Amino acid sequence: MVTFKDFRNNVKPNWCPGCGDFSVQAAIQRASANVGLTPENLAVVSGIGCSGRISGYINSYGFHSIHGRALPLAQGVKMANRDLTVIASGGDGDGFAIGLGHTIHAIRRNIDMTYIVMDNQIYGLTKGQTSPRSSAGFKTKSTPKGAIEPSINPMEMALTSGGTFVAQGFSSDLKELTSLIEQGLNHKGFSLINVFSPCVTYNKVNTYDWFKENLVKLSEVEDYDAHNKEAAMQTLMKHDGLVTGLIYQDIEQPSYQELIDGYDEKPLSAQNLQLDENYFNDLVKEFM
Amino acid sequence: MKQQLSWKVGGQQGEGIESTGEIFSMAMNRLGYFLYGYRHFSSRIKGGHTNNKIRVSTTRVRAVEDRLDILVAFDQETIDVNYHEMNSDGIIIADAKFKPVNPEDCEAQLIVVPFTEIASGLGTSLMKNMVAIGSTCAIMDLPFEVFTGVLQETFKRKGEVVVQKNMEAIEAGFNTASELLGSKRGSHKLDEADGVQRMYMIGNDAIALGAIAAGVRFMAAYPITPASEIMEYLIKKLPALGGAVIQTEDEIAAATMAIGSNYAGVRAFTASAGPGLSLMMESIGLSGMTEQPLVIVDTQRGGPSTGLPTKQEQSDLMQMIYGTHGDIPKIVLAPSTAEEAFYDTIDAFNLAEEFQCPVIVLSDLQLSLGKQSVDPLNYAKVQIGRGKLVNDAVELDELEPMQYFKRYEVTEDGVSKRVLPGMKNGIHHVTGVEHDETGKPSESSLNRQMQMDKRMRKLNDVTLHKAVDIDNSIHGEADILLVGFNSTRGALEEAQERLEAGGLKVNHAHIRLLHPFPTEKLAPLMERAEKVIVAEHNATGQLASLIKMNVGMASKIHSLKKYDGTPFLPSEVELLTKELV
Repeated sequence: MVTFKDFRNNVKPNWCPGCGDFSVQAAIQRASANVGLTPENLAVVSGIGCSGRISGYINSYGFHSIHGRALPLAQGVKMANRDLTVIASGGDGDGFAIGLGHTIHAIRRNIDMTYIVMDNQIYGLTKGQTSPRSSAGFKTKSTPKGAIEPSINPMEMALTSGGTFVAQGFSSDLKELTSLIEQGLNHKGFSLINVFSPCVTYNKVNTYDWFKENLVKLSEVEDYDAHNKEAAMQTLMKHDGLVTGLIYQDIEQPSYQELIDGYDEKPLSAQNLQLDENYFNDLVKEFM
Repeated sequence: MKQQLSWKVGGQQGEGIESTGEIFSMAMNRLGYFLYGYRHFSSRIKGGHTNNKIRVSTTRVRAVEDRLDILVAFDQETIDVNYHEMNSDGIIIADAKFKPVNPEDCEAQLIVVPFTEIASGLGTSLMKNMVAIGSTCAIMDLPFEVFTGVLQETFKRKGEVVVQKNMEAIEAGFNTASELLGSKRGSHKLDEADGVQRMYMIGNDAIALGAIAAGVRFMAAYPITPASEIMEYLIKKLPALGGAVIQTEDEIAAATMAIGSNYAGVRAFTASAGPGLSLMMESIGLSGMTEQPLVIVDTQRGGPSTGLPTKQEQSDLMQMIYGTHGDIPKIVLAPSTAEEAFYDTIDAFNLAEEFQCPVIVLSDLQLSLGKQSVDPLNYAKVQIGRGKLVNDAVELDELEPMQYFKRYEVTEDGVSKRVLPGMKNGIHHVTGVEHDETGKPSESSLNRQMQMDKRMRKLNDVTLHKAVDIDNSIHGEADILLVGFNSTRGALEEAQERLEAGGLKVNHAHIRLLHPFPTEKLAPLMERAEKVIVAEHNATGQLASLIKMNVGMASKIHSLKKYDGTPFLPSEVELLTKELV
């Protein structure tokens, strides 16, 4: 039987001790085993930044792509082989700055895959500049007098972009995070999981303690209904997005693959490439 | 009797000028004539002058004709803009509706036919185009019945009545024009064609068909002129093959999606033009660095920036070869005809998998959108080769615990075995960071050098059936060697014929493989020529520079550059060459 240990490799992460990304790595490994995946049938595609290295730290097929483009590349993988489980991952700079356009379109396209964002509200690998997730007033090397732009609210954005699975986790709560990734992997469509994953080196404001003090667990909110979009939006606005758990799921909406005209039920990668001669000749005749 | 004629229809964009040309040329094609088309159009949906120029010949033609025999005009602007092209015995047929005036210095005869009035009388003014086609038949002494089949297909969804009405419009145009033409009736009768059934297609059709024949099952693309037809063809055809097309949010997504799909084992590609290619540059580098096959079609148009989006140019050459940061192996193909575009596209997919690198199929607007006759494409010539792709998981040895497959194993030819996600013993890492043989990031100097050398030496073995097409180089020693790439082939061929007739010894070489540059193929021809004239559609002489870099002999290379948005005419090449000699 496959266990989370089968998703471990012998590569030592280059993350700082205490980095929130270690928990995300562990949660992906556990969730993958828990939903019954095998390493060869999982493809992890990542972007650039500290978090982008994650595809090299999991024993599975891994593709460390370019800054902000993990999502389109991962969608290409899934379109080619619908039998693979595809996880895209990256940081808040990757998904909400340089790659924001792809994020919104991936959400509305709803291809059956999972996107995990390691959100530390700072640019870490480039040594401490502001991120679109930094709060207004946040002081960094690039905003010495404090950020003057408001922060992006990814969960609200996901809801208004037609997201069918919108969730948020926290690196300190491995159990909840693992469960959210499992639910995301099982969701038939695009699942977005934003993870508060503190940067212990450059973010001295949004620390583990700060999150513990400010986060609201939706599982502890009385009568919270994750299938009610309006309530989900109200809850997010009420708590300024500082909630964890499954925020919203639409189980009715078919995934992109189910809606494509003619799309093969078998993986395209398994198709015979040679065209039938008669079919080819018919195509030629159309130009005569 | 004539062996060829040049026909043009012009009017305001959006009033059916293109479809008039389409119907006329489809009928000519079915009679077995060789055709070559040119579309003049603007970047707007409606309004503005547009025209469709079609050369019809009893022998193969591959260039826009210098002059014009018949001009069909739906407005005065069409006459004013185009009359200077008319042969002195040419005929302008114009709609009486706009009270056409023949310019004083126009030697061609103006025949005024009430296109709109006749069409309205038969039911709708929309059929004025058919009246014009009927009038053309009178000039060419062509039985108008040859249009029956084409009209049946064009209007079949609108019903038999519509087909009948349109045929009546053609007949009425024929009868009215016959009377008005007097002695000019039948003045442009063409000799009979060979009757062979050929394809009539734009280069983009050929590229799209080539992609399907090569086994493409996924395409990701963003609309852009002059590439969109490729995507549109695949959207029509891929569902029947189980495949799919995604219209992406931008060209970066298109290129990276195609990389992801290739990585997972599907032949996938994207197609765009200059601005899109600029956005794809980082992705092209990723494909080169991670050794993932990737095919990109670049249909060049007027640059820089938005430039001349609907006009001919060949100014992406240097960007296609050098336009990503760092050094990567890359192959750039440049077909010159629709037929070559078909076969080169198939080659591109084979080369991308054989060498596990990006392959660019370079086209230009005139090749991509100009319609031309193509001999029926040959199924037997469609070969699919997937290089060192491991096609059976059984071939793979069991991986040691915690070990990765050596996806980037250093080999003699630089190409390593390729495995696909899903294969049990093929797990490895892929990264744009410099990496070791298993794909794990590595900054070791020794490893860096080994991996860079491995990637770059893949190009040592790139071969192409005709890296330089020298079929027209018949002289051992020549006064002139004409060199070009992409759609200029026909203009160079005809200029060559004319210069030869003038007593010069002229060879012609057309470059099909732009990178890695086929120096050893071109150098001997250049050595045996007094002067080398490089004709290209850009302001800086990019191909000439490339030849100087690779072959040398700079002192005998002369640039013939045209960047006004229109394709070279044979007469321009002839004249400019004479000036240089």
